[in-house]
Amino acid sequence: MTMVYDDTGDEATADVPVRKIRFTINGRKKVAEIEPRLLLADLIRRGVGLTGTHRGCDTTNCGACTVLVDGRAGKSCTMLAVQVDGREVTTVEGLATASELHPLQEGFKQEHGLQCGFCTPGMMLSAKALLDRNPDPTEEDVRWAISGNLCRCTGYQNIVKSVLWAAAKLREREPEPAEASAVNKVEG
Amino acid sequence: MTTTADESRALDEIKIGGLGSSRKRVEDDRFIRGKGNYVDDVVLPGMLHMEILRSPLAHARIKSIDASKAWALPGVRLVLTGEMMATRNLAWMPTLSYDTQAVLATDKVRFQGQEVACVIADDPYIAKDACELIEVDYEPLPPIMNPWQGLAEDAPVIRDDKVNQADNVVYNWEVGDKAGTDRAFEQADVISKMELHYPRSHPSPIECCGSVADFNRATQKLTVYLTSQAPHIVRAAVAMVAELPEHMIRIVSPDIGGGFGNKVPIYPGYVCSILASILLECPVKWIEDKTGNLISTGFARDVYLKGEMALRKDGKILGVRMHTDADHGAFFSDAQPSKFKIGLMHSAFAAYDVPAAHLTARGVYTNKAPGGVAYRCSFRVTEAMFFQERMVQAAADDLGMDQAAFRRMNFVRDDDFPHRTPFGFLTDSGQYAKCLEVGLKAIDYENFRKEQAEARKRGRLLGLGISTMTEPLGAGNSREYDILGIKMFDSAELKVHMTGKAILRTGAKTQGQGHETTWAQIVAHELGIPADDVVVEEGDTDTAPFGMGTYASRSTPVAGAAVAMVSRKIRAKARKLAAHLLEVSEEDIEWELGRFYVRSAPGRGVTIQECAMAAYSNMPDGMEPGLENTAYYDPPNLTWPFAVYIVTVEVDPETGVWDVLRMVAVDDCGVRINPMIVEGQIMGGLTEAYAMASMQFITFDADGNCVGSNYMDYLLPSAWETPGYELHSEVVTPCPHHPIGAKGIGECAAVGGPAAFVNAVMDAISETGVRNIDMPVLPDRVWEALTYRRDVSGAPPIRQD
Repeated sequence: MTMVYDDTGDEATADVPVRKIRFTINGRKKVAEIEPRLLLADLIRRGVGLTGTHRGCDTTNCGACTVLVDGRAGKSCTMLAVQVDGREVTTVEGLATASELHPLQEGFKQEHGLQCGFCTPGMMLSAKALLDRNPDPTEEDVRWAISGNLCRCTGYQNIVKSVLWAAAKLREREPEPAEASAVNKVEG
Repeated sequence: MTTTADESRALDEIKIGGLGSSRKRVEDDRFIRGKGNYVDDVVLPGMLHMEILRSPLAHARIKSIDASKAWALPGVRLVLTGEMMATRNLAWMPTLSYDTQAVLATDKVRFQGQEVACVIADDPYIAKDACELIEVDYEPLPPIMNPWQGLAEDAPVIRDDKVNQADNVVYNWEVGDKAGTDRAFEQADVISKMELHYPRSHPSPIECCGSVADFNRATQKLTVYLTSQAPHIVRAAVAMVAELPEHMIRIVSPDIGGGFGNKVPIYPGYVCSILASILLECPVKWIEDKTGNLISTGFARDVYLKGEMALRKDGKILGVRMHTDADHGAFFSDAQPSKFKIGLMHSAFAAYDVPAAHLTARGVYTNKAPGGVAYRCSFRVTEAMFFQERMVQAAADDLGMDQAAFRRMNFVRDDDFPHRTPFGFLTDSGQYAKCLEVGLKAIDYENFRKEQAEARKRGRLLGLGISTMTEPLGAGNSREYDILGIKMFDSAELKVHMTGKAILRTGAKTQGQGHETTWAQIVAHELGIPADDVVVEEGDTDTAPFGMGTYASRSTPVAGAAVAMVSRKIRAKARKLAAHLLEVSEEDIEWELGRFYVRSAPGRGVTIQECAMAAYSNMPDGMEPGLENTAYYDPPNLTWPFAVYIVTVEVDPETGVWDVLRMVAVDDCGVRINPMIVEGQIMGGLTEAYAMASMQFITFDADGNCVGSNYMDYLLPSAWETPGYELHSEVVTPCPHHPIGAKGIGECAAVGGPAAFVNAVMDAISETGVRNIDMPVLPDRVWEALTYRRDVSGAPPIRQD
């Protein structure tokens, strides 16, 4: 983060350590000079200015800060920003294209999978990580995949429906080659 | 309507997103894109960051605070302590229950996590570093962890700051008919007793509290973005506490990441960020962390019950006696109507025909966080209904009666409305027995009982729990309900533009309830303006009409009614415009959805949009231009939804682990504006009920340490644990006094649900003779009950063994 300090003549000011990292976020390449202790959630929210990634608990429990790092779901509140050096981050802002929502986004609206909306970005990204490796999940698969994301509003039933809605839509849109889905099944 | 069906040109209400349409939510469009605007998303130029230093001890005298090292850290702009707040008369502030609460501690700390100092710095990381550099010298005092410790003769007085406070009693209060109740107990064949503790719980929205205070020295205007369910109450409080002129205060509640009652009170963090912004002339952001939220902000429940029911041997309830001891923490700050000390606890037994009842309530200070907020609840109604349904289950068992039959026999009958409850409320509508029948049929009651008996022979423990209740939602009416003297009405303002599009603002504040969607549906219902043509705004006190906010399921009963009433005012003016446009007298005009027409010539008509255009371009002589209005709505009574929740469980006799087999919910909340949203609310409430029954609670050890101050200790159910729900909506009893027949619904399931889960577990282990296990019904507690055949208390302090 760029910081401007009062010049108090204190040497400590000059000694704030800075580390340069390069990463990709939602397809855009970035360079950042950051304190090594900076959390990934803060890099995304305050550094890049993408506020769709939310901070809930700071202890890796609630999942409101979930993002994808190289395609895998992770909780950005307890990852250091330096850990994404050279890697690719996807946030909720990277789900939709300019002209089209991601089926998960449509599914959450169609099936009333959100109320206050605070957990929603993290929920959708955990679900995306699931659907990327298992395009035809069962209800149980979905419940397990999002069990690291807490929601206080919905009771989850409609979130599960939303994810299944999206899975069906994705399958209908891009029929999986038989081979690929077999591989996915093994991984899933 | 005088036209026949084939002549009607009325709009199809469902097509325009009117009443009864499961319209998709408009707010979703920003949330699914990550474009919500929550308080932490607000960034202002030159904004500084505030962090709070909290007390590590539950009860201690502050001997000294040395903040010099914090001041010396580069990037630190200000360190606030209680002493500095006191010089501005801001060390203490009033609570919503006519008590006082420390903003920053001066003399003593009174609970673990209490706010002791604040640091404002260029960066939140620096502010956090600086907090760790503040040295506070504490002299520990004995902590009080429950009412009984607080009532002991040698207990230290927690509130020694208050003159005339010689002990730890907050209040003694009573309601009901003592003499009549005593007589009922003298005549009883059976007296059924129940003692239990409703544990301390925290609403715990995923988003914590926070504020961005922005004082502009040049204009003298203070703008505060903050997480409030009731922004107008905050404005009034800031005007009074900070002694700022009210017209120079603008409170904005942007998108809120869940509230559930937690975001009703005024918190020290808000006050400190405001003072810091005034002192530094910069915007100051404070975002609470999860521990701060769980350890210091509005808790709920923490009430002990001693209940007794006087019963005739045929099953008739003759009388009810209740005594509650409530643990209020260090400051009495319940967010509740001022007339009632223990909220609406006396709404208990409203669904039953009980001739006499008496309630005594005592409140006690302890060294725990203040609160007593209405957590998905109309002011302690959750405790009332839980106590009621646990007592009812025990009473039926004591009589040897079937659970369903005992309830059916004692319900208020459909033809007995309006009905005066034993504590004086007036219930007005319901079909209680019918709802119960729907629920019993859905769960296949008779067959389950057979299956249960069979299973028991093979050592399997199945159980079924019923909870039936009606609860008072939608405070108030202004005669009886006020907060800090402000009457609990609500408001709506509707402006119809010349092209027939409209903007609606209300005094409520959505936090996930979907007001932006449903309010537009009420306008569509009343005016025939398609819901998509109505934009809804809430939460900005500079633009929204004065209202008391959203909590206690009051939005639809009060603000929703105001939306209907303001729409009707608009329609009345549009009728005059229609008469002018059609060149007939107003008496000759008829209305059908979206259109006025001439009674004698139904084909001759004008749409509401044509009337709107005329209001700005072709009004009759002498008519005030424009098509705008405001309505303030003071409801004649509360609304009384009714619910039946039935749960079946299986308990593992070896481990005490229990699983939900089925959960059936029958909710009669009157007319449903948006059925999809109503069902979403019910499922959310059921999940909080399951959470409270199974895992979610805050407790303390004997030293005053909070257990449950982070999500590793404060367990919330995930999608994996949460059961599935079967919802039933076939019983609809419209509210007789609400303009569109709606009743509150947001909290019914969280209020009535917990008893269904607990009753089911108790039913499964009924052969042990155990009368009660306190919530949450953790596996180790069930195991203890199964193994030692004794009741299990969950009261703090927790056992250390």
